[in-house]
Amino acid sequence: MRQSLPPLLWETSRPGKRATWFSECDVPKTEIPSGLVRDDAAHLNLPELSELDVVRHFTQLSQTNYAIDTTFYPLGSCTMKYNPKLNEAVAGMRGFAAHHPLAPVAASQGSLAVLHELQEQIKEIAGFAAASLQPAAGAQGELAGVLMIRAYHRDRGDKKKTRILIPDSAHGTNPATVTMSGFTAVEIPSDREGNVDLEALRRECDDTVAGLMITNPNTLGLFESRIEEVISAVHDCGGLVYGDGANMNAILGVVRPGDLGIDLMHFNLHKTFSTPHGGGGPGAGPVGVGEKLKPFLPGPIVERTGDVFSFHTPEKTIGRLKAFHGNFGMLLRAFTYILVHGPEGLRAIADNAVLNANYLKKLIEETYPVRYRRPCMHEFVATPPDADGVHTMDIAKRLLDYGFHAPTVYFPLIVKEALMIEPTESEGRETLEQFAEALLQIAREASETPETVTSAPVTTPVSRLDEVRAARQPVLRYRSRS
Amino acid sequence: MAYISNTPDDVRVMLDALGLKSCDQLFADVPERHRFPKIDLKPELSEMEALAVLSEHADRNTPASSLSFLGGGAWNHFIPSVVDALASRGEFTTSYTPYQAEVSQGTLQALFEYQSLIAELTGMDVVNASHYDGATAVAEAALMSVHASRDARKKVVLSRGVHPYCRSVTRAYLDAMDAIVTGDDLDRTPGELAAQCDTQTACLVVQFPDFFGRTFDLDGLAETVHAAGALLVVHVDPIALGLYKDPGSLGADIVTGEGQPLGIPVSFGGPYLGIFACRTPLIRRMPGRLAGETLDSNGRRGFVLTLNTREQHIRREKATSNICTNQGLMALRAAIYLSAMGPTGLREVAELCYHRANYAAHQIAGLPGFTVDFTTPFFKEFVVTCPIEAESLVEGLLPDRILAGVPLSRFEPGRANDLLVSVTEMNPKTSIDTFIEALSRVASVNGKEQGAR
Repeated sequence: MRQSLPPLLWETSRPGKRATWFSECDVPKTEIPSGLVRDDAAHLNLPELSELDVVRHFTQLSQTNYAIDTTFYPLGSCTMKYNPKLNEAVAGMRGFAAHHPLAPVAASQGSLAVLHELQEQIKEIAGFAAASLQPAAGAQGELAGVLMIRAYHRDRGDKKKTRILIPDSAHGTNPATVTMSGFTAVEIPSDREGNVDLEALRRECDDTVAGLMITNPNTLGLFESRIEEVISAVHDCGGLVYGDGANMNAILGVVRPGDLGIDLMHFNLHKTFSTPHGGGGPGAGPVGVGEKLKPFLPGPIVERTGDVFSFHTPEKTIGRLKAFHGNFGMLLRAFTYILVHGPEGLRAIADNAVLNANYLKKLIEETYPVRYRRPCMHEFVATPPDADGVHTMDIAKRLLDYGFHAPTVYFPLIVKEALMIEPTESEGRETLEQFAEALLQIAREASETPETVTSAPVTTPVSRLDEVRAARQPVLRYRSRS
Repeated sequence: MAYISNTPDDVRVMLDALGLKSCDQLFADVPERHRFPKIDLKPELSEMEALAVLSEHADRNTPASSLSFLGGGAWNHFIPSVVDALASRGEFTTSYTPYQAEVSQGTLQALFEYQSLIAELTGMDVVNASHYDGATAVAEAALMSVHASRDARKKVVLSRGVHPYCRSVTRAYLDAMDAIVTGDDLDRTPGELAAQCDTQTACLVVQFPDFFGRTFDLDGLAETVHAAGALLVVHVDPIALGLYKDPGSLGADIVTGEGQPLGIPVSFGGPYLGIFACRTPLIRRMPGRLAGETLDSNGRRGFVLTLNTREQHIRREKATSNICTNQGLMALRAAIYLSAMGPTGLREVAELCYHRANYAAHQIAGLPGFTVDFTTPFFKEFVVTCPIEAESLVEGLLPDRILAGVPLSRFEPGRANDLLVSVTEMNPKTSIDTFIEALSRVASVNGKEQGAR
């Protein structure tokens, strides 16, 4: 890893340098309305660099990142699995990358075929009647889902349903989505086994409940063992059950959410189907639904008549959630990923993801206690060993010195000092053992030389950063001194 | 199995350590009657087979070339080779949201630089680390305007010149807020729309250049909107800002934009880049992630995600938006693109678009039966009224691999003969001339057929 950051773009800028050039204008010029044009005072202060400057700058920046391609990245809940290079090659094919979204449908049959086949794959994998590929990310898939729940109840003339139930282990996007959709979020506690507290849930179930949002396996890495009772409780009061597909990786080929009675669900293609996370997006968050929600799907969706594909907008659609047809480039990668796996390959993903998590848990749980004593799914939540003044954040930072990315920390909120570890199926046994060894070594350091841990990291381009300063005196952009 | 590192031996060692006989036993919590269903998908393909299948699909499309005149919210612009070369580095593509800032400085500094570049381009104070696309950025800007009035103002005035998809996404987002979206029933000038702003209005949203390509002068618009106590949102094509005045200097409060032209392939509609910028007083209401500069414990400059208390992972149901991931990799592409273009390159691209679009428009206007409305100046797109239905015209040129433009009937009922034509630096004079010749041919053939009836 590179030990220092390059200067900012403007700090190496020199007037007159340039990295791109264009041919002379080959048509007669037309006068540009002068009142609309930037004048000298508004000269655009973009950096002026040579192509080599640009290449060095961004290459050096890249060398200060940890990434799956360089490092084990066990960030819980994010499913940081290997992103196959095949998918990049496919997304770069000219016929896809240079294909315009408003090209005539007759000139777009290749892209439409991909979208249609992916819809079919998603329906089959998760047990749904229909799917829309529109949503751009998991959070937008959630928005689509909750807006569909709203539309469904309104369509039936039921305006009493104003509340949506959410377990306390849920991702923050769930309650934020509920508010954005005009509902009130109601938190349901977890029980001692790490499941939704069924009694507490039943107490909240009345005719004001529009639905439940549930992540299964949940963020503790546990499969809700009474999931069918949970779903019935909500259905019995007229509510719908929304599945948050964040943790689908654990159950590919193991169970289909639709079979369990889940009414609708989003998929995080960037997690389960391995599209690159890109330093925080783009993702893709398609939604699958059962028969009764089909008319409400966000459009357009792709239909097939014989060998011809076309776009179709569902009759009672909640509308459009983004321009054009979803994040096509990501959808294409996911489609490719499913093609090379087939049904057996998908099952192997779940098997290895869950086996890896359980094996890693076994290797460390004597030192890093895990509250729930039952097999985990694709991830588990551990807590740090008892050591004076050494916290989860310190252990996370020290892991960086050992050449590993840290797990997710301080989430889920219901476990104090949480270390949420998700190894994924891509990693081999040796990597898990090396990581476990690093964690055990850090535990020894924490009791023998705690300052080694609390002052970490020391091998990274910067040491611990002052977040309070960043928030109190926000510097959110470069400003030239002149 | 594809992409799995464990060997059968590894699996056995691990199962032994867990005291298990098979992986099936790991799933005992799953209800038995639904456990291990049959998944009816095609058997796995090898990498070689998959490439063949996908190439076949790709070949069934007609991708953009110098003979493509499609625009309407996604445009064919030149992407310098450095953009793909740098943005495809695994250190960028296979990292995630910079939760551990010390090992994510590359992503964070690039986001900070993206924010700075877009701030310069738009003339705004603050830029977030991006939205899903231009349409969702417009929708969130409208939502933010409503929230900035503490939900006291629930009317959003939208210009019909705002892309129809941006308008429908805004409606979908605002529906749950019981807000009113108005103004776009007719084609009105920005001045006429500003006059509709009243004490109930949260914001006016206009687009520059507008959906039809027109460049209305926005000078003085902000004053009228502000006098009504509303905010001015300007949705931009960032390429145009290489040439035209920035919306910041014209008094805009929020600037959104479709960032796709900044080094991002059209890729059948996504992933794109939602640009979102605002003035300092609005920061705390801003949705999305923000990278900020700070110091490390040794006093060196470094970058972190900051002002997180606006966001869903902290505020949960009280967050400014549910947005979680941004379009990090697309923001990186835009940063590389703008670094490579510099002020001169970007202006040259914008001028090439302008002159070639105007040349094409005048040539088309000279063809019998075709008209172009020159009343309002335009940038790189313009509307052609054709002698036949635009859909048939587009279809007629397809065998020559000419993508003639976007028939407006897809968005605007009653405008069957209108075609939105886009001309960029990717369409040299020779291609434009080929296009003009093809247009005259189709029109004359069709004219004769109609005459014969």
